[in-house]
Amino acid sequence: MTSMSNRMINILVPVISVILGLLVGAIVMVVSGYDPVKGYIALWNGIFGDSYAIGETIRQITPYILAGLAVAFAFRTGLFNIGVEGQLIVGWFAAVYVGAAFDLPKVIHLPLAILAGAAAGALWAFLPGLLKAKMKIHEVIVTIMMNYVALYVVNALIKTWSGGGDKTERIKETASLRSDFLASITDYSRLHYGIILALLMVVLMWFLLEKTTTGFELKAVGFNENASEYAGMKIGKNIILAMVISGAFAGLAGAMEGLGTFGNMYTRGGFTGIGFDGIAVALLGANTPLGVIFGAVLFGSLKYGALNMPNAAQIPEEIVQIVIALVIFFVACGYAIRLLLSKISKKKEAK
Amino acid sequence: MEYVIEMLNIRKEFGNFVANDNITLQLRKGEIHALLGENGAGKSTLMNVLFGLYQPEGGEIRVRGKKVAITDPNVANELGIGMVHQHFMLVENFTVTENIILGNEPTKGGSLNISAAAKKVAELSKQYGLNVDPYAKIEDISVGMQQRVEILKTLYRGAEILIFDEPTASLTPQEIMELITIMRKLIKEGKSIILITHKLQEIMDVSDRVTVIRKGKGIGTVITSESSPEELASLMVGRQVIFKTEKGPAHPTDEVLAVKDLVVTDSRNVEKVKGLNLSVRRGEIVGIAGIDGNGQSELIEAITGLRKTKSGSVSINGKDITNKRPRQVTESGVGHIPQDRHKHGLVLDFPIGYNIALQTYYQKPLSKGGIIDYKAIDRFAEQIIEQYDVRTQGAHEPARALSGGNQQKAIIGREVERDPDLLIAALPTRGLDVGAIEFIHRRLIEQRDSGKAVLLISFELDEVMNVSDRIAVIYDGAIIDTVKPLETDEQELGLLMAGHSRKEAAAMQAEEGDDKHVQ
Repeated sequence: MTSMSNRMINILVPVISVILGLLVGAIVMVVSGYDPVKGYIALWNGIFGDSYAIGETIRQITPYILAGLAVAFAFRTGLFNIGVEGQLIVGWFAAVYVGAAFDLPKVIHLPLAILAGAAAGALWAFLPGLLKAKMKIHEVIVTIMMNYVALYVVNALIKTWSGGGDKTERIKETASLRSDFLASITDYSRLHYGIILALLMVVLMWFLLEKTTTGFELKAVGFNENASEYAGMKIGKNIILAMVISGAFAGLAGAMEGLGTFGNMYTRGGFTGIGFDGIAVALLGANTPLGVIFGAVLFGSLKYGALNMPNAAQIPEEIVQIVIALVIFFVACGYAIRLLLSKISKKKEAK
Repeated sequence: MEYVIEMLNIRKEFGNFVANDNITLQLRKGEIHALLGENGAGKSTLMNVLFGLYQPEGGEIRVRGKKVAITDPNVANELGIGMVHQHFMLVENFTVTENIILGNEPTKGGSLNISAAAKKVAELSKQYGLNVDPYAKIEDISVGMQQRVEILKTLYRGAEILIFDEPTASLTPQEIMELITIMRKLIKEGKSIILITHKLQEIMDVSDRVTVIRKGKGIGTVITSESSPEELASLMVGRQVIFKTEKGPAHPTDEVLAVKDLVVTDSRNVEKVKGLNLSVRRGEIVGIAGIDGNGQSELIEAITGLRKTKSGSVSINGKDITNKRPRQVTESGVGHIPQDRHKHGLVLDFPIGYNIALQTYYQKPLSKGGIIDYKAIDRFAEQIIEQYDVRTQGAHEPARALSGGNQQKAIIGREVERDPDLLIAALPTRGLDVGAIEFIHRRLIEQRDSGKAVLLISFELDEVMNVSDRIAVIYDGAIIDTVKPLETDEQELGLLMAGHSRKEAAAMQAEEGDDKHVQ
């Protein structure tokens, strides 16, 4: 009985959060003098309007899934990886570098480029893991700082590599995730095979956490280091491993951008935001692999669909951003909504 | 006879569960009234009703003959009811006075008037013989002293009726004696006391009357001097309880644990174990008796691999395990029931089933090639739950949701089931009720009888005396003497634990006579 209603609540909370976010977003639009109905129709069309929109939406969802997995995996093992953004940036660069610098057959080149992205992200997360394991330096601080290091180091590398330019060479066709087939069925959107890899990673995370002894240890260490040490687990090793796996997911998210969406990398004035949105994606999905898909679909859709709102409904970009932020806000308020729901269900029980 | 508090036919329900069913407790002025019951019998619920945290569904409460409705703890405070909590509610880096006035700070012209409060604290401390320095920081004073601060807190707020919730749970034998003296003093000064406990000896030592509750029902009130521990125990549990744990003589054979010249430092690099020697053989239980803080924790941590040693050696069955990792120690045949089951013993957020598998999850049949067979874990857990009488809704219930006794039974099941040659039990019965204690003691003796070595660390003299075959007294990081339980008594042990030699102890006992401590 209680477990049933708990499950119901778990599903209801994110749904209600989204609806509340859209409602308050509508109020903001009305107050600012725009038509929310028109706005949301534009949003809807931006997401599902035609096959091109759908293709682009799925393309947008792909890195969100991987960034969400990165944050969720760290959370599940007791760590807060705010460095997904930086790990994504180095992963992007490493993937593009391998994709552009070598001439190899596709069966080797593409996997190698993808692995390079994962390895770079993993390496970028290894350092904060090591510092936490050996010197108890909190991972939040180190990973935040390493985001900036990643951003500016990669910018400098791009400039050096391109001889002062602001973008890298394009990757070779043999390292590309793009496909003529996917492009043709989605009216030449940039949809690429990355979504399949992202979904495979969802399965991998589930398998790792729920089926293996490694996952058992990672979770145990995340919950209680003392008891895990008592039970013979190696605390430092597990902390580092958790960070490395999380970083590898983040690096893969970057590789998707590099090998799929863009085919190159350019110098950036600021962060991509995908890594930070990954935190919200993970929270929205309650840090479970399946939940992350849900969160990423929501985020990817809103982000991509919102691009249509200024064009189709003349709603300024800023208002659109506020609407998106409101949805995230209510998702973050999930706890309050949960409380409300459990009170309501208790009242019903009392009757 | 005048009653200061009467709780008449109190009934408290939580949904369908009746936590208090028709319980009556009448506290006379100037008496120490014990409230006795097993864990989960409804003692805390009853006291929370008295303290205004719960509203009863039935019955009435009278304070000094007048019917009252205690709607919240503030009302209880105004009626002069004060609670000395089991887990102290103190701010570690505040002084005694700051803690006492917390939430009720006296001000002078808008600024805090600490000195006036400190003066009052000092006066109260003197009046009741509490010997507390108002300016000492909580983190610098002993546990016993911290408890006296809790007592002062209630007195400062004008309490006439003091509720002591399991006050001796974390005290040393000496501190317990001091507490008893303080309680008598409080009575002399006109206070009345309700003492919540499940320790029978304390009740016999200090209380005037006892109210027993069992499974939420009031069993009755007896006059302590007309009763006996045996009677109280059977009233509490509802059946005959075997007190002196029954066991045959020990037949020790080969040495299992050998500790030689062990030196261990604590986390601040202060030497806590100073050249300690210890030997435990198959078929015997060696009890380590000592006052908390004499190196017991560091000794166990060094044996089990949780702490590095500075010098000396530890070996199991002749194999050196000094400074080996916890898993290597475990796998060389050591089972360990840790001192702090929440910190080391359990991952509280894991299901109890995972916790039962916490030492063996990586081995066949629970996992194969790095893949865990959760069905096998469930089966294994259900078997332990059944065999060790762990009361839980099932293997999937979070460990956090189990009572302390059942958590401990699960840990014992986990450790004993691995069939270790040496079982280390550190404070295995801390905070548990008579039924669970009896169960755990039986299990330890079973281990011994099946030819295992058992090392028991305890702060409870009763436990050490009842269960061990040899008692090693630890003082200041070394074993200063080893005695046989049949050839010693609590007084001699107490003196040894305070660092006196056996000769000195004998001389002192002869001088003081036997009138101080009534057995």
